[in-house]
Amino acid sequence: MLKELTRETKATMGIYEPRRDKVYGLLAEFSDPGALLHAAEGVREAGYKHFDTHSPFPVHGMDRAMGLGNSKVGYITLVGGITGLAVATWLQWWTGGVDYPLDISGKPFFAWEPSIPIMFELTILFAALAAVAGMFALNGLPRPYNPLFYSENFSRVTDDAFFLHVAASDGRFDMEKTEQLLRDLGALYVEVIEDLGTEQGPAGDVRGEAVEKAQA
Amino acid sequence: MSTASTGKSLAFTAGDGYHDDPPLVAGNLSFHEVTDLVALHTEKKTPMAWYGAFSIANIGLMILLLSVAYLFWNGVGVWGLNNPVGWGYAIVNFVFWVGIGHAGTLISAILYLFRQKWRTAINRSAEAMTIFAVICALLFPTIHVGRVWAIYWSLPIPNQMEMWPQFKSPLLWDVFAVSVYFTVSLVFWYVGLVPDLATLRDRTPLTKKLRQKVLGFFALGWNGANRHWRNYEKAYLLLAALATPLVLSVHSVVSFDFAVSIIPGWHTTIFPPYFVAGAIFSGFGMVMTLMVIARKVYHMENIITINHLEKMNIIILLTGTMVGFAYITEFFIAWYSGSPYEQYAFINRATGPYAWAYWTMMSCNLLFPQFFWFKKLRRNVAFMFVVSIFVNIGMWFERFVIVVTSLHRDYLPSAWDYYTPTAIDVLTLIGSFGLFFTLFLIFLRFLPMVALAEVKMVMPQSDPHFYEGHGDGHGAAHDLSAGKPESDRGKS
Repeated sequence: MLKELTRETKATMGIYEPRRDKVYGLLAEFSDPGALLHAAEGVREAGYKHFDTHSPFPVHGMDRAMGLGNSKVGYITLVGGITGLAVATWLQWWTGGVDYPLDISGKPFFAWEPSIPIMFELTILFAALAAVAGMFALNGLPRPYNPLFYSENFSRVTDDAFFLHVAASDGRFDMEKTEQLLRDLGALYVEVIEDLGTEQGPAGDVRGEAVEKAQA
Repeated sequence: MSTASTGKSLAFTAGDGYHDDPPLVAGNLSFHEVTDLVALHTEKKTPMAWYGAFSIANIGLMILLLSVAYLFWNGVGVWGLNNPVGWGYAIVNFVFWVGIGHAGTLISAILYLFRQKWRTAINRSAEAMTIFAVICALLFPTIHVGRVWAIYWSLPIPNQMEMWPQFKSPLLWDVFAVSVYFTVSLVFWYVGLVPDLATLRDRTPLTKKLRQKVLGFFALGWNGANRHWRNYEKAYLLLAALATPLVLSVHSVVSFDFAVSIIPGWHTTIFPPYFVAGAIFSGFGMVMTLMVIARKVYHMENIITINHLEKMNIIILLTGTMVGFAYITEFFIAWYSGSPYEQYAFINRATGPYAWAYWTMMSCNLLFPQFFWFKKLRRNVAFMFVVSIFVNIGMWFERFVIVVTSLHRDYLPSAWDYYTPTAIDVLTLIGSFGLFFTLFLIFLRFLPMVALAEVKMVMPQSDPHFYEGHGDGHGAAHDLSAGKPESDRGKS
């Protein structure tokens, strides 16, 4: 039960478990963002859950095409902001009003009016740090090792190439059928990605057995 | 395996497809060409010109280090401060540098919230400028305290005296505001950098092990996954939404340093908005100075187009006029208040011993930007460069006028004095520019100076509907003439 939960949580971060034969998934390249969007819709409609698209920039409408809901970063940020506000209030009240009260021209030891600037600043600080930390945590980053990096072509994902990856951990994954589906959706080629781990030497020495296929 | 369909020979347009907006990226570039254009500068052999510029900047940095070391050894007596004028160059420089930083946050956060897509060409370098300017700014109050080794008293750190900072003081608010501003700007900048660092990482040949390791470390394993982009875009939006009130608060808090006191010329409620407008104005002046040089040197004319520069000039015109309006309002309020001290402070500002500084400020900040009402001048690169220099000078003098003229005439005429900076004052100011340019040159050399992922996002081919219809871009694009190269446009 817990194991299943962990697996699903990791899957939302894009971290999937390889199959017993080390197959991590199938990686398909598409020609442009439009084709990628269309393919993501097709893969979702076929019932796949463990898949993701990879692109050099966020593709408009992809969240809907993939059937992803709203990001949770907002809630984390809200919690961060409230924490910052509480810390700032407590800090100014406790240091000035409790721990070492200083009587300066009869002014109150603690008042909310002069405390506002620091309350504001710390709210922003904590909220901003929470937004960034939350974003990286939800994304499962930093993740220096990723089996996808074994693919030679995948290095163009941050430049001008558009990929769709279906993970082998998905219940519906089937080497032939999934590949056929991706090709029917207009993949330029489909490649098998193997999770060879990091022990095999530095990236680039060992490549997954790329099964390159010409455009369908 | 060719991705030619995302490449050239497509019709380009930007905006809503109904208006004849010029494209944000000129020259019919493909995604790959944009990557190349920016990434190459971090990959190729360091050009000699860079070494030349870096040496000059380093001389400035050395001047800064030496003058600061001299100051630490001897104390603040080496500066030109005297009895009524207890705040001099250090505070002027502090406000000047913090203000410069504001343009970067305006471009990265406020223009992002307003969906101003043209910001993508300049936001990376403007944010870098923010961070380096705030580093310069943080230096000055630190060295201004006199006993630098006790600077930690300004932070709420438990100490052997069992004392805490005085949270009712605007000076302490300033410590918090500027350091929060620095932290948030740095984080914002880094988040924006992650996808571009991944781009550089993926372009690194296997033979360059160290470069691969460093970039691999800082890129955090980014792989462009849509599940990641989803959280990333949300976090980016939230950071922009948080940075917007933050940037407005920072210079407001800086203005409280003055406005909360009872010195005539400082004690005015107009200060927060007037300081914020001035900060954005001065920051855009500096962005313009840097961008005009950088786009020329790095051949970025297709990404930072003349249209981008024109939009920045409009902001300079707007904020410059706002600042000028604030100068005049100050005079009106001084007269209207009926307070003789207030009236004297302002008449003395314009006609007293510092009139030269006042009129330098007035002409640079109010007068010169007015030329940007003319479209010809707004689009003239040489002219805008000159004006941007004047804006930088004028905004430095604004802070000088505010700080020094208000202080040099005390309530007690026997205490009146004239403030003259010493050589150390001037050298520290010059040195801070050395620090700024050293950092900026390191940035230009090692990091992508244009936000690649964001620029690609505003290119018409990034729209998935662009490929509908005949697949030649007619799905989203309507205007074929907009795809003409930079040189052909503007004639029609």
